[in-house]
Amino acid sequence: MGKFGKKEKPEVGINTSALPDIIFMLLFFFMVSTVLREQEILVEQKIPAATQLQKLQKKTLISYIFIGKPKNTSLYGIEPRVQANDVLLNTPEIVQWVNQERDMLPESDRGGITISMKVDRDVKMGPISDVQNELREADARRILYASIGKVKK
Amino acid sequence: MARKKKRMNTEVNAGSMADIAFLLLIFYLVTTTIASDKGILNVLPPKLDPNNPPPKIDLNERNIFVIRINSNDQYLIEGDYRDDTEGLDEELKAFILNFGSPDEEGVALYNSLPASLKALAARLPDSSDDPGEAVISIKTDRGTSYEKYLEVFDLAKKAYFDIYAERVNLSTDEYRALTGKNDAEESLIDRGKEGIPMAISIAEPEKIGGN
Repeated sequence: MGKFGKKEKPEVGINTSALPDIIFMLLFFFMVSTVLREQEILVEQKIPAATQLQKLQKKTLISYIFIGKPKNTSLYGIEPRVQANDVLLNTPEIVQWVNQERDMLPESDRGGITISMKVDRDVKMGPISDVQNELREADARRILYASIGKVKK
Repeated sequence: MARKKKRMNTEVNAGSMADIAFLLLIFYLVTTTIASDKGILNVLPPKLDPNNPPPKIDLNERNIFVIRINSNDQYLIEGDYRDDTEGLDEELKAFILNFGSPDEEGVALYNSLPASLKALAARLPDSSDDPGEAVISIKTDRGTSYEKYLEVFDLAKKAYFDIYAERVNLSTDEYRALTGKNDAEESLIDRGKEGIPMAISIAEPEKIGGN
C-alpha cells in the first residue's frame, strides 16, 4: 500500500557449481601423491624425529629395511626383528638380500645402492649395529637413517 | 499446427558428481601415506679385511671429541657427565673450528673463512688442532636406545652443516637441500666442505646392556 513497495529479497544462496571442480582438484592431488602400500609392515614403526634431513637425488637406488618389534608377538617374539621386502630376515641373511637388491639395479648404479633404515625408536643399538656390520660385509655402505622432521624449538 | 513433441531431457544430472568425488577423495585421504624418503645420510666404513688390518693412526686426544652414551641413555661428553644434549651443537662447532696448532693448510683454511666463522674460531691449545684434524667420535652401548643415538648423530651433522652453509652464505636448510644435480649446486657443496671433512666416527657399541 502506498509508497512502500515490496523490497526484493537478495539472493542468499552461495553458488556451489565450482565445488566439484575444487574437490576434483584435491582428489587428483591425492591420487597422484599417494603410494599404495605394496608391502605389509610386520614390525612396529615409530620413526624418530631429527632435524638434519636430506633427500636423495635418485630414489631408485633406495632399498628399505625395517627394524622394530614384531607386531605379531605370539608368532615372532618380542625381540626386534629385521624386515626386508615381505619377510622377516635373520641377521646373516641380510648380505644375500642386499646382493639381490643390487642385482635389480642397472649395472652403472650398483655402487650407489643406498639402504634406508627405518628403525623404530624403541630399538636398542645392539641389533642396529649388527645390521650395519652385515651391510658393511655386503659393501652397501651408504645408509639413510629414515626420520621425520622435528619441529624446531 | 503439429503438436510439439516433448523432447526427452538429454542432459545428465551432474548434481551427484560432487558426492562421488568426495567419496573418492575421502578414500584417498584415508589410504594415503605421503612417501618420505628423507633421512640422515651416513656412510659406513669399509669392511675389515682380517689379512690387511687398517693402519693404526694415532690421533691426539685433543683432536677427538668423545661422546659416549651408555645403556641408561646418559651422556658422557668429553669426560663430563650430562643428562641432556643442550647446547651440544654449539660446542661441537667450537671444537671443529678450533685452531690449536694449525699446519700450513689450516692457516690457509682459516684465512678463507668468512668473518662470522672466524669469530667462532678460537685458539685453545687443548681443543682440536684445526678443522681438518678434528674428529667427532660417538660411542654407544648395545643397550643405548636408537633415538638417543640418532639425536646425537643429528647434532653432529648439524654442527658440520651449519659451518658449511655459513661458508657459502646459505642457511643451513638451503645448504642441506642441495643435491648436486647441476654444476652450480655441486660447486656450492664442494666450496662448503673444502678442507673441513665431515669426520664423525661411530665406534662399535660396547657389549653392555641389550643383547
